[in-house]
Amino acid sequence: MRPDLSHRLKAALLLAPLLAFMLSFFVVPLVTMMKSAVSDPVATEALPRTARALSGWNRTDTPPSSAQTAFADDIRALKNDEQFGDLVRRLNSAQSGFRSLLGKTRRALDGSSATDLASIDARWSETSWWVTIAEAVASPWTDKNLLAAIDLERDAAGSITAMPEGASANRLIMIRTFVTSALVTFACILIGLPYAMVAASVEGWRRQVLLGAVLLPLWTSLLVRTAAWYVVLQDNGLINATLKGLGLTSGPIPLMFNRLGVVIAMTHVLLPFMVLPIFSVLIAIPRNLMPAAASLGAHPLRAFLHVLLPLSMRGVVSGALLVFMAALGYYITPALIGGANDQMISSVIAYYATGAANWGMAGALGLVLLAMTILLYAVYMRLTVEEQRA
Amino acid sequence: MFCLRTTSTTATVSNTTDRTARGAAATVSKTALVAAAAMLGVIASAQARDLTVVSWGGNYQDAQRKIYFQPFAAKLGATVLDESWDGGYGVLQAKVKAGVPNWDAVQVEAEELELGCSDGIYEKIDWSKLGGKDGFIPAGVSDCGVGAIVWSTGMAFDGDKIKDGPKTWADFWDTKKFPGKRGLRKGAKYTLEFALMADGVPTADVYKVLKTKEGVERAFKKLDALKADIVWWEAGAQPLQLLSSGQVAMTSVYNGRITAINRTEGKHFGFVFPGSIYAVDSWVVLKGSPNKDAAMNFIAFASQAENQAKLPEYIAYGLPNIAAAKLVPEKYAAELPTTPDNLKQAIALDVGFWTDNSEELSKRFNAWLAR
Repeated sequence: MRPDLSHRLKAALLLAPLLAFMLSFFVVPLVTMMKSAVSDPVATEALPRTARALSGWNRTDTPPSSAQTAFADDIRALKNDEQFGDLVRRLNSAQSGFRSLLGKTRRALDGSSATDLASIDARWSETSWWVTIAEAVASPWTDKNLLAAIDLERDAAGSITAMPEGASANRLIMIRTFVTSALVTFACILIGLPYAMVAASVEGWRRQVLLGAVLLPLWTSLLVRTAAWYVVLQDNGLINATLKGLGLTSGPIPLMFNRLGVVIAMTHVLLPFMVLPIFSVLIAIPRNLMPAAASLGAHPLRAFLHVLLPLSMRGVVSGALLVFMAALGYYITPALIGGANDQMISSVIAYYATGAANWGMAGALGLVLLAMTILLYAVYMRLTVEEQRA
Repeated sequence: MFCLRTTSTTATVSNTTDRTARGAAATVSKTALVAAAAMLGVIASAQARDLTVVSWGGNYQDAQRKIYFQPFAAKLGATVLDESWDGGYGVLQAKVKAGVPNWDAVQVEAEELELGCSDGIYEKIDWSKLGGKDGFIPAGVSDCGVGAIVWSTGMAFDGDKIKDGPKTWADFWDTKKFPGKRGLRKGAKYTLEFALMADGVPTADVYKVLKTKEGVERAFKKLDALKADIVWWEAGAQPLQLLSSGQVAMTSVYNGRITAINRTEGKHFGFVFPGSIYAVDSWVVLKGSPNKDAAMNFIAFASQAENQAKLPEYIAYGLPNIAAAKLVPEKYAAELPTTPDNLKQAIALDVGFWTDNSEELSKRFNAWLAR
């Protein structure tokens, strides 16, 4: 074995656990979810005969009678319950009512050679059900989920239009997610920057205590911290009871089930991700810079604005990115502390994944969120590169 | 067993490697193999886990633990783990599709039973083990599930704070007569029905109206009027907390939890049966469960008349086992949703309606909620 090759082999082996980890816990799930957003093979696989029979249909006239026979044959040929379940879910998701219709039809077709579907259920003589089937079997790929993720759909002619008012609010929720995350990030900078400066300026046990106060909550479960805020913020909670006891307010101030409560709780939870990067940047700054600025006649405020603040900006930028990215995915805190208008996009994704078992929509929403996050990350990369060049 | 075999096979392989090839590369690969074996061991040992029963948490699960889980564990001579969940068909479907589910027996709501049974994600029930289907009320019998409880969702209020409590859903919507916030379970199911009743739809016609487009519009319009005052809850224990802390003046709640908290914590919460909606929850076993037999035995144990009859002492839910219902002492029977007086103005959940329309109405509801 040549030494060069053995070195490379060694290096590859050392990297193997990392690569295996990345592949199985990052690449594969990501690709699977992205694929589920655009892949729609259920109906094509389950209804091959129907697909052929409906391929030439214009979707406005009565469907050809051969489609009924083909559909009946396809349903009879479906022996796998799970596959049938997938088909039912796919069609019912596009048009409510397919679940009971298909269940009834399958039971009636079982063991009989009937082909007149309309005699099983009158709904089969309506065109709308056939249109849904024709759309489902047209192609194993779809842009339906991606469009629905941003409140768009295709009309009967196939062109992209906005969904009717009130049918979906993903765009609104997406914007809200970004606004809430930005608010939290801003609040974290406002508290985190001075905090990190104080922590970096003191020594010994004082610094340990300050850092401990930031780190300790990190070791506590997110759920526990959120539940604690629930206790503190409620109408008869710690804050309102104190204010009332001091005679400052007559009634309770609404601190919970609104945006304020969500921002307070999320800021607390995410603060360490702001403080730590700023702190690590600050302790690397030579301590004689501020006295040097003062000796040149700079007012402390001016020295701060022109020396310390620009130097700590790198920490702020990376801290802001960490906080913002983490905030985008928040789910439990808005669900427990927030009101109906404070739910973020993760709760919609969770509904599609755990409630409706509609992985296509969950994947599509995740994909849109990922795309926007990558966009922001690109902006961040630009900023930090410029920072280093400067 | 699988765990042991994996480890020993890997050990042999790494020994061979050690002998034939020398040098750093071999050591590295050995380390990697040992690490992989350790990981496999962790995964494999996770499969040989104890029977896991999943229910709905809070004081309901406390009661179940006392009368079902612990006695069954003692009988079995093994540990029985219990976990809680808040429903959601996707949770169960994902667990089954992933291969070996980490839950065995699960208490599911009626439409999760219906959906999962037609999708084939539950094991079939052997009714001979349960003494035949005739021993149970019809809604508690299915190919895939055994009725666990008959329960109601309705409105509750704190009798210590409101003396003359609400009687109808119109009262629930009346924030002038009864000031304060309102708690409702987050979701389209139940919420739309309650809104229609508040708008004056007679209980018998609720689903007839809800099946029309205009009916759905009407329900959402009625909800608009109350939206600013609603606090949404998801877990069954939350409404009790909301009511106890005074965060809400009244809330929708599962009836049994009200009687349970009244008994254990001396509260005077009232539950309003007229206008409540009742449904049957069932026990199912997830397909591919490694503890299938134990899970089936557990369901049989929890469905035995003498065991099930103990439930109303702790929590006021109706019993699907007909013989068990007869064993319930009269003082507890009055509070059950299945008592004729309580059934009078209550309605049964229309499972077929919700399996068909759940996704569309949930989407609409979520969009409405976000605005």
